[in-house]
Amino acid sequence: MTDWPILSTVTFLPLVGVLLLLLTREEGPYGRRNILNVSLFTTAFTFVVSLFIWIGFDNSNPGFQMVEKHAWLGTGISYHLGVDGISMLFVILTTFLMPFCVLASWDSVGKRLKEYMIAFLLLEVVMVGVFVSLDIVLFYVFFEATLIPMFVIIGVWGGKDRVYASYKFFLYTLTGSVLMMLAVMAMYWQTGTTDITVLLKYGFPAGMQTWLWLACFAAFSVKMPMWPVHTWLPDAHVQAPTAGSVILAGVMLKLGGYGFVRFSLAMFPLASDYFAPFVFTLSVLAIIYTSLVAMMQDDIKKLIAYSSVAHMGYVTMGIFAANVQGLQGALFQMLSHGIVSGALFLCVGVVYDRLHTREIAAYGGLVNNMPKYAVAFMIFTMANVGLPGTSGFVGEFLTIIGVFRVNTWVALFAATGVILSASYALWLYRRVIFGALEKESLKGLLDLSAREKLILYPLVALTIFYGFYPAPIFDATAASVDQLVNNYSAALQAAKDLALNVH
Amino acid sequence: MTAEILSLSLQLSMPEIILAVGSLALLMIGVFSGDKSTSTVTGLAVALLLVAGLWLIFMPGEGEAYGGAFMLDPFARFMKVVALIGSITAMVMSVGRAQSDQLDHFEFPVLLVLSTLGMMLLISANDLIAFYLGLELMSLALYVIAAFNRDSIRSTEAGLKYFVLGALSSGMMLYGMSLVYGFTGNTGFDEIAGILSSEPRHMGLIFGMVFILAGACFKISAVPFHMWTPDVYEGAPTPVTAFFAAGPKVAAMAILVRIVSEAFLPILADWRQIIVFVSIASMLLGSFAAIGQRNIKRLMAYSSIGHMGYALVGLAAGSETGVSGVVLYMTIYMVMTLGTFACIMAMRRKEGGNVENVDDLAGLSSTKPFMAIVLTALMFSMAGIPPLAGFFAKYFVFVAAIEAKLYALSVIGVLSSVVGAYYYLRIVKLMWFDEAQGEFARISGELRLVFGLSGLFVTAYVLFGGPIGIAANAAAKSFF
Repeated sequence: MTDWPILSTVTFLPLVGVLLLLLTREEGPYGRRNILNVSLFTTAFTFVVSLFIWIGFDNSNPGFQMVEKHAWLGTGISYHLGVDGISMLFVILTTFLMPFCVLASWDSVGKRLKEYMIAFLLLEVVMVGVFVSLDIVLFYVFFEATLIPMFVIIGVWGGKDRVYASYKFFLYTLTGSVLMMLAVMAMYWQTGTTDITVLLKYGFPAGMQTWLWLACFAAFSVKMPMWPVHTWLPDAHVQAPTAGSVILAGVMLKLGGYGFVRFSLAMFPLASDYFAPFVFTLSVLAIIYTSLVAMMQDDIKKLIAYSSVAHMGYVTMGIFAANVQGLQGALFQMLSHGIVSGALFLCVGVVYDRLHTREIAAYGGLVNNMPKYAVAFMIFTMANVGLPGTSGFVGEFLTIIGVFRVNTWVALFAATGVILSASYALWLYRRVIFGALEKESLKGLLDLSAREKLILYPLVALTIFYGFYPAPIFDATAASVDQLVNNYSAALQAAKDLALNVH
Repeated sequence: MTAEILSLSLQLSMPEIILAVGSLALLMIGVFSGDKSTSTVTGLAVALLLVAGLWLIFMPGEGEAYGGAFMLDPFARFMKVVALIGSITAMVMSVGRAQSDQLDHFEFPVLLVLSTLGMMLLISANDLIAFYLGLELMSLALYVIAAFNRDSIRSTEAGLKYFVLGALSSGMMLYGMSLVYGFTGNTGFDEIAGILSSEPRHMGLIFGMVFILAGACFKISAVPFHMWTPDVYEGAPTPVTAFFAAGPKVAAMAILVRIVSEAFLPILADWRQIIVFVSIASMLLGSFAAIGQRNIKRLMAYSSIGHMGYALVGLAAGSETGVSGVVLYMTIYMVMTLGTFACIMAMRRKEGGNVENVDDLAGLSSTKPFMAIVLTALMFSMAGIPPLAGFFAKYFVFVAAIEAKLYALSVIGVLSSVVGAYYYLRIVKLMWFDEAQGEFARISGELRLVFGLSGLFVTAYVLFGGPIGIAANAAAKSFF
């Protein structure tokens, strides 16, 4: 099993499903069922195979593991894959969420099911590809390639304003990433290589770091998204189909966070240190401002979308605190948010499939006839708030500790965000679930079906499990995070020594 | 000139000789058997181009011929093969449309062969005179075929417009050449370079160079010499437009690369400013002006203006990586353009004939899924989204620009590519998000083949593009 290219296998396995789907026909009595079964089986199988990455992963090794390297295109770019503690769990998160996306689309996607599933499987390929690439050009190719399937998913299967939302999503993120492309090229010319493992050790000159950092920041802050470039996210979320929102919130936002950790922090420590106050400011603004905005939304999905922006504020804050707690917290927060926000969108999908509206005002009193749903929704709401005992707490708590060690004021403001998130989330929960069941349209609603239970219950279990026992995740990330933080402080120290020697 | 040198020259220029003699023979066949021989002549013309291409690929031998006026180096070989592929494809695509666009005269294929011959001479030109002769041979044939549909006002207008502006640009270029000759005393590129590197340059020579560059920019339709492009693209019969967009652009770009990296390399700083300006202007105009277009051929005209701007980004670097980027860019651009034009020619209603509005593509994904998928891939590729070929084309030219420290050019370039992405997305949006309003007629086999191959190229480049990149690198080594 040691020399089997497991990362390539996991990355490109969904393509087998795409091929099978191309051979099936949507028409006919069994057409739909075949398509769904093939997609579900492919994504589930990919997830199972990806678990072997975790099983084979050596927690004590801070470097890259399961490395594969081949020459590619004959121009110095290499097909170089590998995972370390930072990226490995994101691969699992991606493959884990995909079967839920397929299940969530079981009945709700009426037209062009085949193309829909093909788009999702392609999306899985490129998202996993982003996390496993160890070559910046390869990373960029995968990073950008996510735009194509997502554009189509939002545009074809989205809501009323889907065209506007898909354009906004595409052009916003493209603008950010083309600037990163220039940074990638500049790094290539400075070092003569596109190999991430070499670049991590390179140590760019301080002046250059600033520009490279800014160019990468343009890409990742849009993807993340950070305030004030977050405005594409609510539109995209509201218009995207349920599964599209799950992937957007669950995985695509993490591409930005992963990029910050892998590139900005690890390769440009001096610039990261220089810009940290700037990032803190934006993060705190995001936490407080978007929480307030979320409170005023009357669309459930939009509310959750804004809350995602706020939660990503904790992540960026934790990353640029650049200590073990902050970084571990940020990684944990991203993984936990991937599960929780994905689950919240799935919850919205459950009622949306029944009533075809996302207006908060259209709901109320669901606890009376949908008790199981109410419980599941409550657990995810609590996790979103960051209640101790849910996975949401661990990440928020650690990021705040991490930033407290750097800047107490930032920690203070960020902590007020927790209160704000409690107020919007609980208020949403009250308006949707509690109250009297008065609306005629709601009285006939049935509780969770077997399929919906299959979707939500595992996520409930995971949310609580990682709330009480986050150790498996920290064990996997610890070694790599330690190494990253050590390198970071060593680089800062070296720059300081140099400055002292000059004077 | 001894017999030995002569035979070497003949050998090096054999593909051109094949085309020249062959086209005359085709003309004879046509004249003596009239219009009924059109299909035979077309078939033979394709065969001629194929033979010339195969000769180029498989026959070794490099060097100067005819006393230095003609040059066959890896660069010329690569660009000629690309131009020939463009011409062959455009000719094959024209078959199905010959009747409806009144292209079914035997002169049409003969003119295409002559124009291709002009391109090949142009690519190999290593002397100002050869440059001019090749350019004119190519252009004169193009003027005629632009106006080939005599009964269409738009077609004749396009031909006339192209001719008048083209003649103007040729005149300017000739004036520039005479200035360069006057200040260096030579017409050969190598000799000009030798003199420029040994003596301080004269202002008059810069004037001459500017005029020459202006003429070449006219042929590749770079801003500010682009005005003819939208009208000619729209007015000319679509198969002719496809032909225009492919080979001639490649050839004109090749000579532009050759003259600046060979003859004018010692005064790089002087021509770089011009190329940078032209490049920025083309990228911006190509992106912004295309947004409002409704006619897909006009849209493609602006898109090609933009693409020439990107290709020039690589040229502005003035380095080996830059030239290799340009070579690769032109190759990928040509394949994408031909594929797109094959799709445009497939836009034919069962009743009402050909349509050219962008909106006619609405709902294509439900009526013609295969064509929609290919056109989607081509559009994303033109927008430069990875993992499609268009991304790698842009990547390699911008790598060269970054290496040459042309940061402002690079930033403007990538940002205008975002603007450009908007109108490519509009086509994708029409095909996938909107409802169909009618169906296109059955697509003929040759168009299917062309856009199928083109779609395959842009999607599979990420896997199999290596050899093309290596060949482009080898081609760029000719100069540095």
